Amino acid sequence: MSDEIKIKVSNLNFYYGKMQALKNINIDIMDKKITALIGPSGCGKSTLIRIFNRMCDLVIGAKAEGSVIFDGENILNSSIDIVKLRQKIGMVFQKPNPFPKTIFQNIAYGLEINGCKDKSFIKFKVEETLKKAALWEDVKDRLNDSALGLSGGQQQRLCIARALAVEAQVILFDEPCASLDPISTAKIEELILELQNNYAIIIVTHNMQQASRVSDYTAFMYLGDLIEFGSTNQIFTVPKNPKTEEYLSGKFG
Amino acid sequence: MNALKEKVIKSILSITAFASIAFLIGIVVTLFANSLTALKGIDQIQFLFSSDWAPYYSPAEYGILSMVISSALIGITAALVCIPLGIGTALYLNEIAGSAQRKILKPVIEILAGIPSIIFGFFAMAVLAPFLQNIFDLPSGLCILTASLTLGIMTIPVITSIAEDALGFVPIGFKEASYALGGNRWQTLIKVTIPAAASGIITSIILAIGRIVGETMIVLMVAGGSLAIPTSILAPARPMTSTIAAEMGEAAYGSLHFSALFEIGLLLFFMTFILNFISERISKKYRLKLGQGR
Ligand SMILES: Nc1ncnc2c1ncn2[C@@H]1O[C@H](COP(=O)(O)OP(=O)(O)OP(=O)(O)O)[C@@H](O)[C@H]1O
Ligand SMILES: [Mg+2]
Repeated sequence: MSDEIKIKVSNLNFYYGKMQALKNINIDIMDKKITALIGPSGCGKSTLIRIFNRMCDLVIGAKAEGSVIFDGENILNSSIDIVKLRQKIGMVFQKPNPFPKTIFQNIAYGLEINGCKDKSFIKFKVEETLKKAALWEDVKDRLNDSALGLSGGQQQRLCIARALAVEAQVILFDEPCASLDPISTAKIEELILELQNNYAIIIVTHNMQQASRVSDYTAFMYLGDLIEFGSTNQIFTVPKNPKTEEYLSGKFG
Repeated sequence: MNALKEKVIKSILSITAFASIAFLIGIVVTLFANSLTALKGIDQIQFLFSSDWAPYYSPAEYGILSMVISSALIGITAALVCIPLGIGTALYLNEIAGSAQRKILKPVIEILAGIPSIIFGFFAMAVLAPFLQNIFDLPSGLCILTASLTLGIMTIPVITSIAEDALGFVPIGFKEASYALGGNRWQTLIKVTIPAAASGIITSIILAIGRIVGETMIVLMVAGGSLAIPTSILAPARPMTSTIAAEMGEAAYGSLHFSALFEIGLLLFFMTFILNFISERISKKYRLKLGQGR
């Protein structure tokens, strides 16, 4: 197993207008590893991962400083190709958000908007990614049914498949199980563990058990600061910072 | 005491609610009852497929084809004006306008919606008709195009307000998903947002068309009033509503002429009823489609 850095964040500051949401963040995201982001509500977890795929651009008045190196480029540069970036760094949201289209079209979408017209390739990709997302057996006979007819957990797996179809290398999960039942949650966790063999994964979660179950590294954030970052094992057993310990023992948050 | 109060309030509310149904039934019954003389006394094939309308001749002739064609032509031409403008405005408001522009545009559109149609009629007579007469070198500026442009402008707010609601109702998650897959703004708008709002947009169009077909004052003022089958949109015309409004006052109560006018009204009623029915069906489908997004 390689210990390769996939995303290197240095001295990252981020502002929503005048409000500073991230303060001098330094963190290395490892390839083929799962990194968990934890911390109380409003500490900047979503903000941080939305910088990685530049979804933060959608907020008017948002501004980022510092460097986030991915594939040898600072993705904060205005010159980078956002379409390519977003395809390489996929995102799965808190609330499953498949398009109100068929299951097939949901996966084909990312390929089609990128100009892919090869029908047989799209078909191949749909099958391949649904298999990777452990959804193929559930839906292979109803690819042309609306994706909205799937259960919440299935919808979330479809959203994962959708991100995989455009050749993502990194997948950002923002509380992917927050709206799911325990069984669906277990399936998604299993899938995330599976995906780690080929992808760099970052997962935001409020569920400490989940963080300790799935992740290799854990970052604890508080009020826009990255308080502590280390192996999940270390963070959960011998946290160095008293704040981390307080949070993990449920004293706040 | 409280129980009694509740009962009273409940019955008052149910009376008001059922009043609309009673009115609707009353209207349908009246239309039918008054149309009966015409339904029996006029050959219905003649009525629908002849364009000779001469109630004062003897024998009188009652053919409404030219009015139906005029109504359709005005409806289509006006729709061609209000659909692109109305939807364009809705898309602009939803996707492009900043909050400052919204603050100006939205009230302006609401004011436009509140202007009585007769004011639009004045504007059309005083400005639009002479203008078009000049440009196209017409004997008179009162023609289908004048009426259609006016009606089209008048119904922009109908489309804009409903279509903009529909666009705004599209969950932000759909758009985020599209952006996160590398979609740009236009791809997201065309492939995700508009399809998700499609039924609402279609509903707005159908309601606007219903409004256009049923509008009376403007066509009476500026469509020209000719009973010949219109051969172009620069020809004068007299749609169904104009005929009713123009002749109802003179037709003897209970006469065949009087009844024939009611039958035109009955036809109009069914046309708008069907339009409403279609839009209701579509918007229901739309609510189901989006509502299930668990
Ligand atoms: N679009 C925005 N505009 C302005 N401020 C924002 C915006 N989004 C987030 N913020 C603020 O930035 C801070 C960090 O928010 P963020 O959503 O990143 O927190 P989070 O850690 O993901 O919280 P949660 O656990 O509740 O999801 C918060 O104070 C929040 O109010
Ligand atoms: Mg968040």
